[in-house]
Amino acid sequence: MGRYAARRLLQMIPIFIGTTLLIFLMVHILPGDPIRAMWGDKAADPAQVAALRHEFGLDQPVWKQYIDYMLNLFQGDFGKTFGGRQVIDVMSEAFPVTLRLTLFAIAIEIVVGIGLGAWAGLKAGKAPDSGVLIFTLLVISIPVFVLGYLARFVLADKLGWVAPNVQDSENWGQLFLPAFVLAMLSMAYVARLTRTTFAENLRADYMRTALAKGLPRRRIVGVHLLRNSLIPVITFIGTDVGAFIGGAVITEGIFNVQGVGNVLFRAIQTSEGTTIVGVVTILVLVILLINLVIDLLYAVLDPRIRYA
Amino acid sequence: MTTIDKTMSVPGPRGGSESGAPLLEVRDLHVEFHTRDGVAKAVNGVNYTVDAGETLAVLGESGSGKSVTAQAIMGILDMPPGKIPRGEIRFRGEDMLTMSHEERRRIRGQKIAMIFQDALSALNPVLSVGYQLGEMFRVHQGMSKKQAKARSIELMERVRIPAARERVNDYPHQFSGGMRQRIMIAMALALEPDLIIADEPTTALDVTVQAQVMDLLAELQQEFNMGLILITHDLGVVADVADKIAVMYAGRIVETAPVHELYKRPAHPYTRGLLDSIPRLDQKGQELYAIKGLPPNLTRIPTGCAFNPRCPKAEDICRTDVPVLHRVTEQGGGEIAGRGSACHFWKETIHG
Amino acid sequence: MPDTTQTTLTAAEKTGGDTAALVSKPEQRKPRSLWGDAWFELRHRPMFWVSATLLVLLLLIAAFPGLFTSADPTKGDLTNHFLSKPELTHFFQPDWFGYDGQGRSIYARVIYGTRASILVGVGVTAAVTLVGGLLGLVAGYFGGLIDSIISRMTDMFFGIPFLLGAMVVLNAFTERKVYVVVLALAFLGWTSMARVTRSSVISAKQADYVTAARALGASTTRMLFRHVLPNAIAPTIVVATIALGGYISAEATLSYLGLGLSEPTISWGIDISQGSKAIRDNPHALMFPAGMLTLTVFAFIMLGDAVRDALDPKLR
Repeated sequence: MGRYAARRLLQMIPIFIGTTLLIFLMVHILPGDPIRAMWGDKAADPAQVAALRHEFGLDQPVWKQYIDYMLNLFQGDFGKTFGGRQVIDVMSEAFPVTLRLTLFAIAIEIVVGIGLGAWAGLKAGKAPDSGVLIFTLLVISIPVFVLGYLARFVLADKLGWVAPNVQDSENWGQLFLPAFVLAMLSMAYVARLTRTTFAENLRADYMRTALAKGLPRRRIVGVHLLRNSLIPVITFIGTDVGAFIGGAVITEGIFNVQGVGNVLFRAIQTSEGTTIVGVVTILVLVILLINLVIDLLYAVLDPRIRYA
Repeated sequence: MTTIDKTMSVPGPRGGSESGAPLLEVRDLHVEFHTRDGVAKAVNGVNYTVDAGETLAVLGESGSGKSVTAQAIMGILDMPPGKIPRGEIRFRGEDMLTMSHEERRRIRGQKIAMIFQDALSALNPVLSVGYQLGEMFRVHQGMSKKQAKARSIELMERVRIPAARERVNDYPHQFSGGMRQRIMIAMALALEPDLIIADEPTTALDVTVQAQVMDLLAELQQEFNMGLILITHDLGVVADVADKIAVMYAGRIVETAPVHELYKRPAHPYTRGLLDSIPRLDQKGQELYAIKGLPPNLTRIPTGCAFNPRCPKAEDICRTDVPVLHRVTEQGGGEIAGRGSACHFWKETIHG
Repeated sequence: MPDTTQTTLTAAEKTGGDTAALVSKPEQRKPRSLWGDAWFELRHRPMFWVSATLLVLLLLIAAFPGLFTSADPTKGDLTNHFLSKPELTHFFQPDWFGYDGQGRSIYARVIYGTRASILVGVGVTAAVTLVGGLLGLVAGYFGGLIDSIISRMTDMFFGIPFLLGAMVVLNAFTERKVYVVVLALAFLGWTSMARVTRSSVISAKQADYVTAARALGASTTRMLFRHVLPNAIAPTIVVATIALGGYISAEATLSYLGLGLSEPTISWGIDISQGSKAIRDNPHALMFPAGMLTLTVFAFIMLGDAVRDALDPKLR
């Protein structure tokens, strides 16, 4: 188990370097000049542009910029925004907000998704199965921003059940609607995957053995079926964390949540390379760490992995 | 002409309950599967009995209904698509098909246990073998986790798994095929059931390991005086351990006989074909016999005798009339205990 | 795109229904191939016919929008039509769905917006299937160093959240035509296709008939395209069909953020974004393009679902 964890940790290093490099290249090689963009339509003073370029290191070759950036990174310096603030400071304000939102959403995803999927899987081919299938298809088909506006329009504007904007991100009641909207898409995928693995594993030989052993149904489903069926579902939830971050950009915009998504969206619109790279680097780190945790959890659940 | 509706048997010491009924009696059992391609009639009127300490071998190709019958006895058929439109399965005289789910569950594992063919897929891959063995004691006897583990180790020792104490927390994939099948046997034996159904218990194993596992099973059966239904397609396995044989074809029993009688002189062309297709050293160099044709499609079983399209002896009557299970006698009309054949021409087959 | 199919397909290989095998074994009817069987299965699914009908209609709209409306989607009339409410009984008339904030017929804009969405969806799917499929095929078949390089590259790209990466890439372009959006989404989306194809190629490679073909001395190209690919492509097709709807949805999301298609291309995403500003009093400006978008994505996702069920008999 220890060796397995160490191996996974080592495998993460090249992926981390590769992914951050990719982000860095995407921001710096693609057309679009952030310094020039600061002036908008007005004519810029070439001397000032050059000075700013130098200040942000943009006059260096890209590879040197990347190495400098990574070296700074290991000293905890994620660079400065064009506004002059440290990226890490901006992040430390916004990150806990998004973290709360995402965790809340993942909790909804797990409870509702696995619950619905298990129900459909146990009743495969019957009415609840078809009902859940159509419901999840619909949820997957409605883009997050449409769903967000619909939810806000109906629940907040028309019915007045919830506040349309999140003023206080530590208030779970206010966070509920954005978290719910954020969770919906992944929840639908989790429900479908759970349904499939449940229905599949129901037909497995070891389920027949469990039945032949005279175990009560509660135990057959709760121990033998659940354990096996949750393995792929947990893996999926792990790989899906990235989608949550993408979804957070939308949801935070609609419900005015002051989180990472908002910061990132503004940075992209103003082509603030350092902020984008800084935020995305931290996100990639978080995603990789979550994947590691999921991998370890996977090994705990499946002995065939643990002893491989 | 007389017909047999159950094979004769001497009641064993433990089989005789108050009613004097046999340990297990299957009567006119029918099982069908409703699928997209039509209704597959997997079992079409099977009768057999098993007594305590007795071994019944059920022989047949895949699709002959031998496993489906066993699953119906265990009560683990997938229903739907499976359906039991007719028949009785009496355990100690009581029809299990009319029992409640809870009553049947209590019988499963405790009174009747099953050993499956492929132990690797039949054991839960993510639970340790100790947990899976201990579950029997915890669920049926309410033991604590600790007690159950101690009993699991005992069981593993009993089926001669080396270093049982160290291996009790291992997972199925860490054992060899033979050891896994021993674990399956241990699980079936855990609560000392009255009847064990072994569905091709050695098919997935190496030949050398096969003999060990069969010997172990036979030995434990004797020790506990259990009834054993041994389902197989391997004539070699049967000869050593079985008391009597039922040969199945297209969901029916086509021949029943005490084990050595059957090998000596089969009374059904299908059994004869099976025996003739075993390679023999004294016929080296000759072409090996094979039954021509394929097993029938269970959604469209031929009229008359189901075997008629493949039978070398088939005549017009075989294509129209379903043969009943005739009582097989000596040429002079003398009784042969426990023999029956569902062939219109059984006399010609056995004596001809 | 979420990578669900990969896990389900490999998990499905571990199990097999005993009773199903029992019933289908003595089949004396003409044997059906995987594809024949899939087509048989598809034809018997109402979901397939619903989605197929919807898709034919959508493709018609995308190809010939002029057949469905006489109104000009770009011409606004602020004096007469500013945010007029829909006239739900005026079927196929310009005022059927009402007018938007610039006095343009929402019905006409919904009709004319279909083309961009379908083009993006089909374009991205074609590109990722080609690129990802080829990379996955090569990685899975040759293994070794090539596999390591391709797999690490896939991991790198996979580390970037799809939508975030697309936002960063698209932000660099000022005029974003359909092909720009297609390339940007394909650039980030090929990974799941490569992973799925790679794993199914690896399992197909190990199949006995492939070993047999190799033993008979088949050439590498013949091996790849005659033996391995046809037997490994089903999961790729399934993922591609399901992903198509997702790409349409992603395009609309990006357009909504102002990072997808740009004017003068007519896109539902842009219209939804504009409609969202007036949602409180005039929800129709958002509802109709959003409804059409949802319907389109729904049709594709439903097709993908039906195809998956048909191609993966173990899930039945």
